[in-house]
Amino acid sequence: MTSSDAIVIGGGHNGLVAATLLARSGRKVVLLEAEGEVGGAARTHEFHPGFRVSSIAHILNRLHPDVVKAMDLQRHGLTLEGRAMASVALGDAEPVVLRGAYGEMLDGVPASEATAWKELRAQLIRYAGVLTPLLARRPPDLAGMPLSEKLALGGIGLSLRRLGREDMRDFLRMLLMNVSDVLDEHLTSDALRGLVAFDAVLGSHLGPRSPTSLVGLYYRLAGEVGGVPGGQMLPQGGMGGVVSAMAASAAEAGVAIRTGTQVARILVEKGRSVGVGLANGEELRAATIVSAINPRTTFLDLVGSRDLDTGIVRKVQNVRMKGNVAKLHLALDRVPDFSGVAPEDHKGRLVIAPSASHVERAFNPAKYGAFSPEPVMEIVLPSLSDAALAPDGACVLSANVQFAPYALKGGWNEGRPAFQKAIMAQLERHAPGIGSSVIASELLTPADIETRFQMPGGHWHHGELQPDQMLMSRPFFGAGGYDTPIDGLFLAGAGSHPGGGVSGVPGMNAARRVMAVTQ
Amino acid sequence: MTDRRKAQSHIDQLRLETPFHPRLQALAQQNDWYDWAGYKAPASLWDEELEYFAIRSQAALFDISPMVKYRIEGRDAEAYCNRLTLRDVAKLRVGRVHYTAWCDEEGHVLDDGTLFRLAGDRFRLCCQERHLPWLLDSAIGFDVEIAEETETLAGLAVQGPTAFAVLCSAGFEGIERLRPFDIADFQHAGGVVTISRTGFTGDLGYELFVDAGSALSLWDRLMDAGHQHGIRAIGYTALNRARIEAGFIVANADFITAEHAIRADRVRMPDEIGLGWMVDAEKGHFNGRRAILAARSGGTLQHVLVGLEIEGNVPAEHAIVYHRKKREVGLVTAAIWSPTAKRNVAIASLQRPHGDTVIDDLWVEIYALLELQYVKLMKRARIIERPFVKLARRGATPPGMS
Repeated sequence: MTSSDAIVIGGGHNGLVAATLLARSGRKVVLLEAEGEVGGAARTHEFHPGFRVSSIAHILNRLHPDVVKAMDLQRHGLTLEGRAMASVALGDAEPVVLRGAYGEMLDGVPASEATAWKELRAQLIRYAGVLTPLLARRPPDLAGMPLSEKLALGGIGLSLRRLGREDMRDFLRMLLMNVSDVLDEHLTSDALRGLVAFDAVLGSHLGPRSPTSLVGLYYRLAGEVGGVPGGQMLPQGGMGGVVSAMAASAAEAGVAIRTGTQVARILVEKGRSVGVGLANGEELRAATIVSAINPRTTFLDLVGSRDLDTGIVRKVQNVRMKGNVAKLHLALDRVPDFSGVAPEDHKGRLVIAPSASHVERAFNPAKYGAFSPEPVMEIVLPSLSDAALAPDGACVLSANVQFAPYALKGGWNEGRPAFQKAIMAQLERHAPGIGSSVIASELLTPADIETRFQMPGGHWHHGELQPDQMLMSRPFFGAGGYDTPIDGLFLAGAGSHPGGGVSGVPGMNAARRVMAVTQ
Repeated sequence: MTDRRKAQSHIDQLRLETPFHPRLQALAQQNDWYDWAGYKAPASLWDEELEYFAIRSQAALFDISPMVKYRIEGRDAEAYCNRLTLRDVAKLRVGRVHYTAWCDEEGHVLDDGTLFRLAGDRFRLCCQERHLPWLLDSAIGFDVEIAEETETLAGLAVQGPTAFAVLCSAGFEGIERLRPFDIADFQHAGGVVTISRTGFTGDLGYELFVDAGSALSLWDRLMDAGHQHGIRAIGYTALNRARIEAGFIVANADFITAEHAIRADRVRMPDEIGLGWMVDAEKGHFNGRRAILAARSGGTLQHVLVGLEIEGNVPAEHAIVYHRKKREVGLVTAAIWSPTAKRNVAIASLQRPHGDTVIDDLWVEIYALLELQYVKLMKRARIIERPFVKLARRGATPPGMS
């Protein structure tokens, strides 16, 4: 039996952030990763000889600047170039191209629409800006808030006031609206509305007309890359490149990383976690246990209901985490040609979501356990920006496709071929001939994502990112501030506030919380 | 969800009759019924005063079938009960019963009741309220089966000084070996009746559980055998007097259970209703542990339950308790003039530190309605130990054949 100050369970990016920051505070930290390498869903893997792709997360749009700074990621090899990557809305007519950070400039629409967009974009970024600090800090602690937290919360109130009376009113009016209604108030372009609607609901079990769907867009716009709100980029080497920089930072900080080490249980004695038991029977002791894996797995599988109150088990079980996004990887023998898209813009993010109504229609079957017959998707061709990801002349395509409900009627083994066919039909419509250039393909349904990345429900965020599962209610009330009903056990993953995406914020906040409440 | 609904078929009928209803109906000269947890139950049958004295001087037969009953069975049954309830179930031997309580994650009491250990891996939980969803959710992660048996299991209490004599005359051989809180199985009508030496009266007494189908024959067997020992069927009013004398509390009368409380400050922790002694912080995790220990160490317990003796002879039911006749510090939840103790007693919930460290200069304000005119009485109240009535016969083994 060996001991350390802190054990971090899970070497996803949040686990790496938490472990590094704790090690930098002078603690002896061990990080345990079940897989053969760290990174979790933020890895790069080879899906066909010579073709490599970001496993799940493929676009960097919310890596928090404090994380970049605290881990010194740029010194460890992270480059933040290409952060002004364009988004291309592939519609039925000419594509609409959003240039700069989330469409600072717009191509493909009439001047009146461009003006309307400019105003709406400014408004959305302003409002997201009010929420940004709330999505970066520890959520407010309703019982017994220290002065520093009260001041921070007051600061958010103040920034709300600074919007001015009319803007503040509109902010509050819009907060829980659906994205489709908001877009209809301002815009007329189907392709543009389709793209924004898609972005708002990407990764959640919501359609654009579902109440509160605008929150998803705010969540996205609250992210930034290299100081640019709404920015996005394809990381060099895929998302695994970001994780490599984090792993290097962790190693330098003295984190002992043990891969291939599956944690079987968290040891609890009299309401306090005292260590972990590994699948191989070994026991490791530490006063602080930080779980950077799924909260349901943490509580039900590792702690176990015997050491939890029934009420907590109920809450854990009620956290909604059924993924709705599939990931498609194609190895192509040549660069595909998306109709009407300039060669340079193929380096951008290509979105097939012809209209908000189309996105809504794509969502409808998901409510009843069926996939979208005409799925909507976000496509990138990362090998255009990083030639090392594919052989010469060939191309990698990576797409997030929805809607692909986790609990598909009949199961995914049966449904996968039909869904892949539906996806390829959509692709063929926008990039004629793409089907004949496919050398190999890999379709990860939520069921695959669940098993391959140990993400229950195959959900990116380890829990639906909707208002009832945000802030102090993430993952559930009573474990919202990174500490848990088990003394000494902390949560640090995407299942905690603020949520998923490669931000590092849950890991960073969890480490800060540990430092605040332990020596 | 539908399975759970099916397991709660009692919901389909607004007012159920117990398996003993035909016998009760025949004796119900007062026709004075009340609703006990969805069952039609007698408040009194013929004379509530004499029914009370049947408990203390003869033998009283009281239908406890409406008491909610669950069977908990399986390899993890002990571990399950230990996580569910406050006391250490590992210390509860087979063939024994203990009084316990259980809490939600806030440490607020959901109910109190008795836990019967019928076998190493089989328990019966008896309580005031229905808890099937809670018990099933609590079973997640345990190898255990939970079954509702309120409707299928009939219960009868035989209480009073001649209770033992009644059971002997009824032919329950070996009943003399039962010590308080012992359980044993006996033959009845080709089946089994489970008898425990328990009760809610503070008197010598037994509780009998039998399949609903054998209920009436068991009633008749006891009534026939008890005839010479003065057995009488009684209603709740009489029993309530006896239980106050014994200092027992009743859920939703002396405290509001956590799932019933609508107002946030009405919920109670075990330490706030006199059940703090049950909390076993050493036994391992149980529901509410964290919250209860935090409230203790943080000094945030708000209330305390006390026994009071009040001067005079007017029962102080639901009277406000004052400190120095001025400051409101609590409420009397149950009160009677105790015929056996010959004292005016009450159970009250007080706001700490009153009743905890501040125990003198307490008063109750009684509004006595005398021929359409209220007489307001400010009476001195003194905190006294519960039970208010202690009877040696309750614990004597073998019991006397009075």
